[in-house]
Amino acid sequence: MYEVNYHRATSVEEAAALFAKAGDAKFVAGGQTLIPTMKQHLAAPSDLVDLRHITALKGITVSGGQVTIGAGTTHAEVAGSAQLRSACAAICDLAGHIGDPAVRHMGTLGGSIANNDPAADYPAAMVALNAAIRTNKRTLAAEDFFTGLFETALEADEIIVSVSFQAPAKCAYAKFPNPASRYAMAGVFVARGTDGSVRVGVTGAGSSGVFRHSGMERALAANWSTGALDNVSVDENMMLSDIHGDAAYRANLVKVMAKRAVAAAG
Amino acid sequence: MATVTLTVNGKKVSGEVEDRTLLVQFLRENLNLTGTHVGCDTSQCGACVVHMDGKAIKSCTTLAVQAAGSAITTIEGLADGTQLHPVQAAFREHHGLQCGFCTPGMIMTAVDMINRHKANGSKLDEKTIRAELEGNICRCTGYHNIVRAIEAANAAMA
Repeated sequence: MYEVNYHRATSVEEAAALFAKAGDAKFVAGGQTLIPTMKQHLAAPSDLVDLRHITALKGITVSGGQVTIGAGTTHAEVAGSAQLRSACAAICDLAGHIGDPAVRHMGTLGGSIANNDPAADYPAAMVALNAAIRTNKRTLAAEDFFTGLFETALEADEIIVSVSFQAPAKCAYAKFPNPASRYAMAGVFVARGTDGSVRVGVTGAGSSGVFRHSGMERALAANWSTGALDNVSVDENMMLSDIHGDAAYRANLVKVMAKRAVAAAG
Repeated sequence: MATVTLTVNGKKVSGEVEDRTLLVQFLRENLNLTGTHVGCDTSQCGACVVHMDGKAIKSCTTLAVQAAGSAITTIEGLADGTQLHPVQAAFREHHGLQCGFCTPGMIMTAVDMINRHKANGSKLDEKTIRAELEGNICRCTGYHNIVRAIEAANAAMA
């Protein structure tokens, strides 16, 4: 790892001020992606501003179906929250299958969505749950937040504070993990709102990162069943294609995962 | 350079480190606690697992400065004098190791796993143990005796 200067912030304001004073700084939360990336010399920030000790970024609140999760909440905390499980179990299960137990003790929701790895799990949930992503500057809809592979609408000095969403009537997430890396080769989050509207978020498969599948959404809004997806086509031209799976394979996987998710949601 | 102060195995320690120093380097090179191993160095193998404030983490994926102020437990901090921790005793009894390189990380992960499941009252069956070992790689044993050791330790710690 190249040399770096470390700063620990105890408030969002302090973090922003430390960032502004530093040179080519990056925020670090759990560091479960950034530290390995720096070790491989694929990132070389001059300064790190640590967000892990900011109390205001932590915690989960559920009130009348409205869920808010602090950006600094770890995957283990999301997976283990009883009140969140009663409102939206799918997001607990999703978090409980990220990485491994040690990674889940450090990795955070905010860190994951800020990184926007095309094979990360949370982006599919954020898009399907129509989450509002609040930063220290503004609030963004999930669809406007994720802009491409490892790209988001965040400005360099912008800090995610929390995400909020209305708990849906039904939802579930199904992923096909790569057998070696365990990252999603296709992961589909389906959510059916209390008004009957349906949103489908797909991760791991799209060549531009996470996306909604409008064809599946229409079919499932008309008929919430796995069979409704039989005649929906997934465009191969939108898919990633690599040594782990070509575009046609991934397109099929998206449909299979969507069916599994609908079946799991019940 | 930074001075980091933290509690390691119950003792307050300080050291001068570069900000880029990994926690595992600090433990091994500054404190000579070489029981914590570096296997893959890419966050996958789990040989470097220690506890930070009671939770299993990968010390090769954490900077020493990130751990400043925390309480770290390493494999050296588990036994009570000559009395092995129940998980260590179970690994010996059930031959949960061959070359032993992954063992410190396996044991630290197992202690965390057992404590966590006890705290939330969930059952730690074989399937759960295998799933929870996702982040710890053993190239010798095929995991069979590691799983048996963790099952036995879980029963012994009931």
